[in-house]
Amino acid sequence: MADHDETLPDAPEYATSNVAGSELSDDEPLDLTHENNAKIIMLGTATDDDSCASFQFENEDHTLGNALRWIIMKNPQVEFCGYSIPHPSEPKMNMRIQTYGEITAKDALIKGLADLRDLCDVVTDKFIAEKQRFLAEKQRSA
Amino acid sequence: MAPSKEELERRRIVGVELERVSNVTSTDFPGHYPGEDHSWNLNDFKKKFKIDIHKANDLDYEFDLIGVDASVANAFRRILISEVPTLAIETVFVHNNTSIVQDEVLAQRLGLVPLRGDKKGFQQLRWRKKSSDEPAAEATDFNTVVMTLKVACTRNHATPATETDPHKLYFNSSVYARDIKFAPQGRQSSWFSGAGEIRPVNPDILLAKLRPGQEIDLEIHCVLGIGQDHAKFSPVATASYRLLPSIKIKQPITGKDAEKFVNCFPKGVAEVRKDKAGENTAVVVNPRKDTVSREVLRHDEFKGKVELGRIRDHFIFSIESTGMYNSDELFLQAVQILKKKCTDFQEKLMES
Repeated sequence: MADHDETLPDAPEYATSNVAGSELSDDEPLDLTHENNAKIIMLGTATDDDSCASFQFENEDHTLGNALRWIIMKNPQVEFCGYSIPHPSEPKMNMRIQTYGEITAKDALIKGLADLRDLCDVVTDKFIAEKQRFLAEKQRSA
Repeated sequence: MAPSKEELERRRIVGVELERVSNVTSTDFPGHYPGEDHSWNLNDFKKKFKIDIHKANDLDYEFDLIGVDASVANAFRRILISEVPTLAIETVFVHNNTSIVQDEVLAQRLGLVPLRGDKKGFQQLRWRKKSSDEPAAEATDFNTVVMTLKVACTRNHATPATETDPHKLYFNSSVYARDIKFAPQGRQSSWFSGAGEIRPVNPDILLAKLRPGQEIDLEIHCVLGIGQDHAKFSPVATASYRLLPSIKIKQPITGKDAEKFVNCFPKGVAEVRKDKAGENTAVVVNPRKDTVSREVLRHDEFKGKVELGRIRDHFIFSIESTGMYNSDELFLQAVQILKKKCTDFQEKLMES
């Protein structure tokens, strides 16, 4: 019965170009899509000097919202940062940033994202190092 | 004006009292304490942040994240559960199903079967986008993995008439996950070959039961997805953390009380030891094993002598994988996913 079904066609050429020449190491984590589908808009509630603004992140939730809020609040030039998810069935996250005026809210957000990225790098490095240490110790005691 | 050591210690502990918790919110923000700098500093973070692995089996990791805020630890946990992509059965084409399990029930059951295969092979796979305003993407060897399940039950005539065990009476009386066979399409045969073939993680999952004359014949399409869309795509059985308990004895607990104190905790948390004067005294040995049951706070003899709490920035993280990836790989992927979110939004903001 199965032979009535069509076999899957091969992917068009563009798909292959993604893969060509990708030498993958064992430690390298998966990155299934290199595309950047991030969507963010500035809501129309900014002050004239841009020191206060709200941003709307699409397809984001508490995962990024709370971590980003925390790291932006670590910035001494920021007076206030908070986020909310206005409606549970809309995949949107709003973030309000108010600075003391030395930097714009957008700059504070960019700095927060950069800091969080640096944090991720530290976590990755430490985890890999600790894993190697742990496995070496395990081997020694075995 | 640096805070004293005791003050820092006090800030690190979330109090667990008899009827309430105390000191719950983190206060490590600039401007919270006059004269103290709590701004983000990467070098300080590098110095303070620590990971301790306690258990490292392929599918089961337990490690401590020390020196991060709950919001970050929680981001990793949430990503592990709902945003690390895995392969799962998405569409089932039923050619024939005369078993007593209805098509839709069988399909739902199949969807939950965890799959595994060559990890490098999975890196070749791409999303199969389904969007309401675009026509469904064409199935190709890059986005769809095909499997088949074809089992028919027959009678085993070699068994004696008195036999009652269906496993001996019939062939294929039970359909297991191991009966799902990979049917590689196009380049998939080179990505997933030999031991790297796509197959169920656990071959012994019972899918359906058959009796002679009944048959199941399916074509199964698997796609990549994330746990946010459906729990079957979640790569972890559990990903969770708890805070390290802290038990502080304020005044010595001796004699009969010491014994009672030890019995208030799970085994291995506290012990009775002889102190310098040779008296039996309770000491805390391993707070990690404690469940923070607060039993000790119920007894009057310990009033004011013991303080329970949890350490605010010490997360005991545990990740149990369903089998597609090992737990350590999953954690690293989760960190990468958070990082990608940051770079993507940063890029978009710089453009605008």
